[in-house]
Amino acid sequence: MGTTASQLPKDLLSEYQELTFLTKQEILLAHNRFTELLAKEDRSSTSQRVPLEKVLTMPELKSNPFRKRICHVFSTSEAKDGSLTFEDFLDLLSAFSDSATLEIKSHYAFRIFDFDDDGTLDRGDLEKLVNCLTGETDDTRLTPEEMRQLISNILEESDIDKDGTVNLSEFQHVISRSPDFVSSFKIVL
Amino acid sequence: MDRRVSFDSNPHHMEAGPESPWDEGVAHRSFSPLIEDSGPRPIGHGEALEMADLAVEEEEEEEEEEQEEEEEGGRDNPAFLARQSDDPGSSATRETNPLVRQRWSAATQRVLCSMPSRTMGRAQDAIISRYCSRSEQLRLRRQTQTSIRDSDRSARPSIRGYRMEVEPEEEENKKEQLVTNLQSLSAADRMRMLRAMPVSMAEKSELRKLACNLKSGLPLSHREVSCHSRLKYCTASALSAWSSCLSFLQSLQLWQVALKRVSGRFGTGVLSYFLFLKTLLFFNALLFVITGFFLVIPQAANPPRHEAGNASFTGLELFTGGGYFTHTVMFYGYYTNSITNTSYGGGAATRHSTYNITLAYFFTIGIAFFITCIILVYSMSKSFGRSFRIYKSQGNLAVKVFCVWDFKVIKVSSVKLQSENICTQLKDNQQKASSRTVSSLQWEARMLALPVMVSAINLLLPSFFNIVAWMEEYDSPSVRIHVAIFRNLMLKVNVLGVLCYHWLGRIAVDGQSLSLECWESFVGQELYRFLLMDFIFMVLDTLIGEFLWKLFSQRVLRRKRKPVFDIARNVLELIYGQTLAWLGVLFMPLLPAVQIIKLLLLFYMKKASLMVNCQVARKPWRASQMSTLFITLLCFPSFLGAAVSVTYTMWTLKPSSKCGPFRGLQSMFLSGKHWIEQLQESNPSLGWLTWVHISLVENPIFLFSVAGIFLIVTYFYTQVVDGQRKIISLLQEQIENEGQDKKFLICRLQEAHERKHTVSPRRRQLRSREDSGTD
Repeated sequence: MGTTASQLPKDLLSEYQELTFLTKQEILLAHNRFTELLAKEDRSSTSQRVPLEKVLTMPELKSNPFRKRICHVFSTSEAKDGSLTFEDFLDLLSAFSDSATLEIKSHYAFRIFDFDDDGTLDRGDLEKLVNCLTGETDDTRLTPEEMRQLISNILEESDIDKDGTVNLSEFQHVISRSPDFVSSFKIVL
Repeated sequence: MDRRVSFDSNPHHMEAGPESPWDEGVAHRSFSPLIEDSGPRPIGHGEALEMADLAVEEEEEEEEEEQEEEEEGGRDNPAFLARQSDDPGSSATRETNPLVRQRWSAATQRVLCSMPSRTMGRAQDAIISRYCSRSEQLRLRRQTQTSIRDSDRSARPSIRGYRMEVEPEEEENKKEQLVTNLQSLSAADRMRMLRAMPVSMAEKSELRKLACNLKSGLPLSHREVSCHSRLKYCTASALSAWSSCLSFLQSLQLWQVALKRVSGRFGTGVLSYFLFLKTLLFFNALLFVITGFFLVIPQAANPPRHEAGNASFTGLELFTGGGYFTHTVMFYGYYTNSITNTSYGGGAATRHSTYNITLAYFFTIGIAFFITCIILVYSMSKSFGRSFRIYKSQGNLAVKVFCVWDFKVIKVSSVKLQSENICTQLKDNQQKASSRTVSSLQWEARMLALPVMVSAINLLLPSFFNIVAWMEEYDSPSVRIHVAIFRNLMLKVNVLGVLCYHWLGRIAVDGQSLSLECWESFVGQELYRFLLMDFIFMVLDTLIGEFLWKLFSQRVLRRKRKPVFDIARNVLELIYGQTLAWLGVLFMPLLPAVQIIKLLLLFYMKKASLMVNCQVARKPWRASQMSTLFITLLCFPSFLGAAVSVTYTMWTLKPSSKCGPFRGLQSMFLSGKHWIEQLQESNPSLGWLTWVHISLVENPIFLFSVAGIFLIVTYFYTQVVDGQRKIISLLQEQIENEGQDKKFLICRLQEAHERKHTVSPRRRQLRSREDSGTD
């Protein structure tokens, strides 16, 4: 645990401090938690990837309905399998931190809610979003009729240019009307 | 007949006919390069999905729009005119109308996918080009600000604020441009821009390396900063030092683990109560530090000579605040109106320091209140600014759906509960078109009766209000919450108002008749008792009341759920306690310390009770708006009332003649006034202060003019806000029009593509007709 191999070098630490919204203590804590997720033999190398299943065992993400989408959005892996390096993990924590700007948070929230990765929130995305929000069990799901009506109402309110989808600017416009978003969109280790 | 023919060969049937400016040929020619150009990009799975979805969307939008058009009467646009199917015979128009098409062609699909509004949120190069132009804007803005004097290249007013148009280039050039822009920004700006870019860490790191490496090669003259920007740099570094100091204080992480557990299980609403408690702790700590350094320590170091400390310490003093404590540094009466002379150092190097306790008392209280006022107003305005929206657009449903999920909640049962709550909310939304004789211990103990009664009232009446609210029917839950807060608030304001009248209006004026030697100490003791009783009742309520209520509701009422943590009521209790503390600091300088201890104990007690007795609320709590409300309540009735009472006391009431630092004066305020007046003689270098005081503070004309200017500025700002509202509605209309244009263009593109592909079967048809004709 205290070997030099698992410590962060100072220049990397200061670079991470400059490029993210995290403080030094938060970065060190993130490093500790990340190395715990790595298998024992991988702990010495710096750019190891943690597979998706291991990331999802973290208590902060375990019961979050958006956990898979979060990992996919922040993952930089070629295979698009949702695995995270330490830098991806820091990106995640930075976007969800206290001092991140509203713009960063709304940008990543948009990407998380864009389930089919096409750059806009269309009906399918909104339907999946509402299903995630209302839970997995059958008795909390909305009926198809209610869902259709709800999504039409949402589109009517938020789709300004009336093209049937919510793009990033429209999403950010909606988010700016809610003062609670910044405090809800937070994950603290 | 004619129409039908043109209908077949021209699927987009134009009612307007040949007079329309949107000539078919023109449109066709302008789109063909686009169709040729759209390169061989493989359509991924996501894009294939979009094809079907888009088609379905377009169809539904079409139906909505056609209904809209029938209502509005259409706009001056041939596409709209074309859609109006006022030809009753052609019921077939709907199916063959191209805007209701089932399948977009591949080319159209590619164009759709690569539109800037769709790639902005997703593709790396689009983000880079967006930030490129943004950094360009920032660079220009900074240049025109700092280099006004060396205006050789870019400080021309015509460029200020204009976006320099970058020619459409490829990804690499955009990146280089971004790097160049980043270099020319200051280090702080560069860091802020890099942090705010939503790209991966590897990209940011690369950009940073490029920007820093190239920057170090610049000649020295570029790095010279003008005097103006050096001043800005100094202020910026001072501000950053102050913010790092604040962040250090935050990183002390008082109660960090506890707060995380509370928010993990109960969410942001309940967390706001504990954060509010932390804020109050900060206020009291500040007050304690100020009064401690400037009042308590100097007076404690120089105890007055002739104080008769006859009473001995018995346990009751902790509750009544009297007895032994009366003649200690805790209360007003102990302080002398002397100028203490301390000499330290020995021999030839003795130095005397004088400390005027009277002046110190007056100015300390004044400055402490002033600083608290500034901090409160600042945090209130910041909090208000965050939750104020200029344009109140109709409906909150989209906001609710996008912002409702609280990512801090991690416990599984709480997550499930949150989901249930959201489901209930969404379903509900759908169903709707909410006062002696001899000072003895016995007499002191009897003094406890009033605080006990007031605390009991404070405890029982809110429960009574809850029962009444349960019987009443409200339109919406938020109305219920606001009514409950209002009732509690009125109760507390009335209680405090009556108490203030009782103390300041009767006891202070008539102190002799109650044979009180020192009415200020007495009022201080009363406040101490009230604060303490309030705390004891809160403890009893938390330990016993909530626990009993939980047992009652589970056994007798047979409810499955535990009671809910009543955030509003608890926050009002905190505000009430803080008002008492502010009222009492004039009479008991150590009251903030008592309040600090009380808040610390309260935190742990409430947290323990929360974990054991309560469960997550059904209705979600709008945390930030409520925080604004609480800070506003803290500022307006609470702090303002306390400040007004203290000012009234200092200005009008006659201090006791036998005790305290203001003995002998007509009012406390006069001490400051006398000092200013005799400043002229004693210290001529500070004579300007006297002049300032006479001509500004005591001059009504100056105050009137300041108030007038303030009102004018406020009016100006309200006009600006009105103008902005109008502009916002105009812009929304414009965006909608642009959306229509976009749809129109996509449809024409589609037709153009189709015509290219269907021309061969049609030619075959024509040729076959010709053949049949000639035969």
